[in-house]
Amino acid sequence: MTQTLSRQPAKPANLGNVLSSEWTKIRTVKSTYWTVIATLVVTIGLSFLIALAFTSNFDQLTAEDKAQFDPASYGLIGVTFGQLILAVLGVMVITAEYSTGMIRTALTAVPNRARYFWGKALVLAAVAFVVAEVACFVSFFLAQMLFSAKDISASIGDPGMLRAVFGSGLYLTLTALLSYAIGALLRHTAGAISAALGILFVLPIIGSFLPGEWGDTVAKFLPSNAGGAIGSSRPADGSLEPWTGFAVYALYTAILLAVAFVSFQKRDA
Amino acid sequence: MTKRYGGKTAVDQLDFIVRPGIVTGFLGPNGAGKSTTMRMILGLDRPTAGDVTVNGMDYSKLGAPLREVGALLDAKAVHGGRSAYNHLRCLAQSNGIANRRVDEVLNLVGLDQVAKKASKGFSLGMGQRLGIAGALLGDPGVLMFDEPVNGLDPEGILWIRHLMKSLAAEGRTVFVSSHLMSEMAVTADHLLVIGRGRILADLSTSEFINANSEHYVRVRTPQAAELGPLLTARGWQVKVEEDGAFRVSGADSAQVGDVAGEAGLRLHELAPVQASLEEAFMQLTGDSVEYHAGARMGGGL
Repeated sequence: MTQTLSRQPAKPANLGNVLSSEWTKIRTVKSTYWTVIATLVVTIGLSFLIALAFTSNFDQLTAEDKAQFDPASYGLIGVTFGQLILAVLGVMVITAEYSTGMIRTALTAVPNRARYFWGKALVLAAVAFVVAEVACFVSFFLAQMLFSAKDISASIGDPGMLRAVFGSGLYLTLTALLSYAIGALLRHTAGAISAALGILFVLPIIGSFLPGEWGDTVAKFLPSNAGGAIGSSRPADGSLEPWTGFAVYALYTAILLAVAFVSFQKRDA
Repeated sequence: MTKRYGGKTAVDQLDFIVRPGIVTGFLGPNGAGKSTTMRMILGLDRPTAGDVTVNGMDYSKLGAPLREVGALLDAKAVHGGRSAYNHLRCLAQSNGIANRRVDEVLNLVGLDQVAKKASKGFSLGMGQRLGIAGALLGDPGVLMFDEPVNGLDPEGILWIRHLMKSLAAEGRTVFVSSHLMSEMAVTADHLLVIGRGRILADLSTSEFINANSEHYVRVRTPQAAELGPLLTARGWQVKVEEDGAFRVSGADSAQVGDVAGEAGLRLHELAPVQASLEEAFMQLTGDSVEYHAGARMGGGL
């Protein structure tokens, strides 16, 4: 600082400053609004439609199919599709900075890359968490309204229900973070969205074709299969225990975030 | 500091200090390494070897960097969907700068009327002003502008020129890059000339002008056949221009006039001439290979 200038000493910026800055950033672009609205519409809408279809066809189902019914997972079908839209939000939060060039300005303002990377992740996680929990709880209650017509509905207080609904919101939050990590690694919107869809959507399809017991075991541990286990009120056939599955998914997310962070630290902006 | 991309060296052992209170021009042809150097100063790119400090500190270690260094690297480095006001607000918040300051800088650069508009609709000049507003946000002591007048209209160029001079006059360090010698000649007090990633010259603008402009005397006489031999006899170099006038180097106009006067010759024109700085700059940077040993600018070319 030069002597001829007199101004108040600079107060060091902290994580709180980065969080408020990232909060301003995420809510001042249109893509956030569209993805949030689409996540709610798709998750709640598809859960509702499929619950409706299931209820109206319930009487024609075999006893075996009826035995498979889980009011939680059958009321949260939309989560499978809502996750794709939250994945887009997670990717865009970081790739839009690269595609617009904003990243250079942003990192000039916050050269502490750890603070920038994790601050952004925290704000994204908070937004995704709120949206995801709203989507899951609304989906659940709407589906139960439909199920009650056939006396197959559950109450949120029944064993495993709250865990399944709240846990599905957590799963969606992790999905946004996992996608954020992919976006930070690839720095390219279309590429990162494709990669996220591949991991979340295509891997389970491939997994379902794997032969034998070995194949079943691998399939259980695929990211969205493992993470999705939390959305059933009781352990389903061919999937991990709810919290075990969730822990596996959290581990994948943590590893990807760590790799993305190291690369973010090292690479030129 | 040095920066390599694969096998290509973009910036090669650059070593310089930029001082406060003056405008330092960072001059070099396109691809000379100006932007790369500025990106390294800001910690956006890491030097392959060496280090950069701002106010004696690594840029990434600065507590509130916008309060110490303001930079305009690229007017397009904004999210076009965000309004000018929101763009500046998120930058301000990240450094704990009050929102009031956002309104101040928007006024300062004349963007207050379009503050709520998405920046993707901005013209190049408006984008440049938005970038400058961002640089001034933290009222920093050091300012860096990368090619700030590129693509601007004359009014914009004049505005930026005055702004840089007044910022320096306030005691700030102003570091501005350009590939236009003529622009730097009127803006900068000190020049750093870079070519192919190496420093070719580090000297004051007036020194540069003196060292690099070719001086000669243009003289026209109806008695050319008599004057010519007299001038060459003094050991001066004489070239004949298209219109028949002489271009005399090695002498000033007084000396040439005296020689003509003593011989009683009539002169129709006698004028000292300076070659353009743009030419001198091109001579200096056009063949950077010659300076690979790192030679500094000496007496003349």
